[in-house]
Amino acid sequence: MSNNIETAKFRPEICTDENLVYRKPSTLLPEPFHYCPGCGHSTVHKIFMEVIEEMGIENETIGVAPVGCSVFAYHYMGVDMQQAAHGRACAVATGIKRVQPDKYVFSYQGDGDLAAIGTGETIHAANRGENILVIFINNGIYGMTSGQMAPTTLEGMVSTTSPHGRDVKTQGYPLKISELLAPLPGVAYITRQSVHKPANVRKAKKALRQALEYQKKGLGFCLVEIVSNCPSNWRMTPAQANQYIEEKMLAFYKLGDIKVPEVK
Amino acid sequence: MGEIKLMKGNEALAEAMIRAGCDAYFGYPITPQSEVLEYLSKDATQRTGMVVLQAESEVAAINMIYGAAGSGRRVMTTSSSPGISLMQEGLSYIASAELPCVLANVVRGGPGLGTIQPSQADYFQAVKGGGHGDYRLIVLAPSSVQEMVDFVRLSFDLAEKYRNPVMILADGAIGQMMEKVELFDQMPRKTEFPDWATTGKPKDKERRYITSLHIQPEKMEEINKHLQAKYKQIEDAEVRYEAFNLEDAEYILTGYGLGARICRKAMDILREKGYKVGLIRPITLFPFPKKVYESVAGKVKGILDVEMNAGQMVEDVKLSVCGKTRVEYYGRMGGMIPSPEEIVENFEKLFIKGEA
Repeated sequence: MSNNIETAKFRPEICTDENLVYRKPSTLLPEPFHYCPGCGHSTVHKIFMEVIEEMGIENETIGVAPVGCSVFAYHYMGVDMQQAAHGRACAVATGIKRVQPDKYVFSYQGDGDLAAIGTGETIHAANRGENILVIFINNGIYGMTSGQMAPTTLEGMVSTTSPHGRDVKTQGYPLKISELLAPLPGVAYITRQSVHKPANVRKAKKALRQALEYQKKGLGFCLVEIVSNCPSNWRMTPAQANQYIEEKMLAFYKLGDIKVPEVK
Repeated sequence: MGEIKLMKGNEALAEAMIRAGCDAYFGYPITPQSEVLEYLSKDATQRTGMVVLQAESEVAAINMIYGAAGSGRRVMTTSSSPGISLMQEGLSYIASAELPCVLANVVRGGPGLGTIQPSQADYFQAVKGGGHGDYRLIVLAPSSVQEMVDFVRLSFDLAEKYRNPVMILADGAIGQMMEKVELFDQMPRKTEFPDWATTGKPKDKERRYITSLHIQPEKMEEINKHLQAKYKQIEDAEVRYEAFNLEDAEYILTGYGLGARICRKAMDILREKGYKVGLIRPITLFPFPKKVYESVAGKVKGILDVEMNAGQMVEDVKLSVCGKTRVEYYGRMGGMIPSPEEIVENFEKLFIKGEA
């Protein structure tokens, strides 16, 4: 909003209704993002809040923010939110959804939160078929603590705790948690998307909307994985980081639907 | 007069939870409190519509409590010592975010996996913190099956009044023994929820968020000051204890929960022997009934603190009398229960024969 106000002040002739080609959704709060330039979080926040606005469900949605860079998601998403302990977002979301089954409930989690410390909560929420949406941001690194190896760090990828590149013999293999969850009967929908190109942003947004539609129908656990970046801790420019997604991340983490409900 | 039943402590606690209009229970099996989850699994949901969910761990259970408490619902969990240890991080978050909830610890002997026999070794954990940061639980110590019933309703009221987690600190014996109880009538579940609860952004109001993260230290200090002021208010208003024979007492026995029950018998034996012995039984362990100890400090010849641990509450007794009266401790550990005769013997040894 601050940018819009500034523009409106200095170039009022431009800011007219007939010239409106883009605006941020009303569900995105007027707070400047703290995310680094080029980070995928901002894009995912925006498209998800667009979905909430378009579905008209901002008064019936409760979100759970994790520990990690997106711990402050509640500063930006204009819906009721709870901040969870590290890894416990799926348990907190379970608690919310079980006592408010008529509300839309989502968690927003990074790879360390969801696929390392929170693996147990994630698998069991999925296996119980908790009727929630998990938005899973996979950038292969711990962002908030400045670039340590994550469960999803690619083989050979450099991080501060794998400075010679991830050695799978001693540090384990990158975990495809989406593929791990997909066979569970409680899981309705799992898809892997990205936001590194405009076309992918549109697809990711569609997937997020689809997941909420499934939640409305009570189909069960939905997870939208978004392969993202971390320019700061990957030590790259935003453009280089998106190039790395294209060349390296997507070669291992293939985009597309991993599980779709049989009855839509 | 409410319904009278013969009930096991854990089952009475579960029945009271249903009748108190509890909205959700999340728990995990552990001896000696598994009867709570078993009892609720039978027909609690059919009776009141409450949620009963067996979580995958105590860690998950306490975080489900966080989510449901943050939704403004009446929520409760129960566990025993090792399980309560696993809940400590979640409890710290709950205390910081000021979410009302009730938990019961049916304490067993430790440390480690320990034993499944009754113990009071979790006093420090319950009363002094347990998790990280400066926070307090309100802690109630039942010494009968009846109090397992009564304290459930009281705990929900206190939790909601102060937006603070409340712990019922029982032990394996109170959980497992059967006694006659009078049950209160079924209370309705809530249909209105507090303003701070995340129930979906109200149409004409700001959205709500629940967090314990305040990255600016100035803000975090303010939060701490607010919490400490609340704890002070609780200390001023919510102290509960029982006292017997203080009027003519030359000596005091003191203990809580099961320990206090055994002390009552020991007091009777000692009185028959001609010793003027009184008893102080704290019901709230936080807030601790300092004033009643202060009132006898310097007036009685000695206080014998009896606990089923290595001597934990005795530190608070000593702080309360502030050196004005001799305070001794006797106890058993690791799941052993002291007999009244043992207490009498040690009382005489310490205070009468002067061996120590």
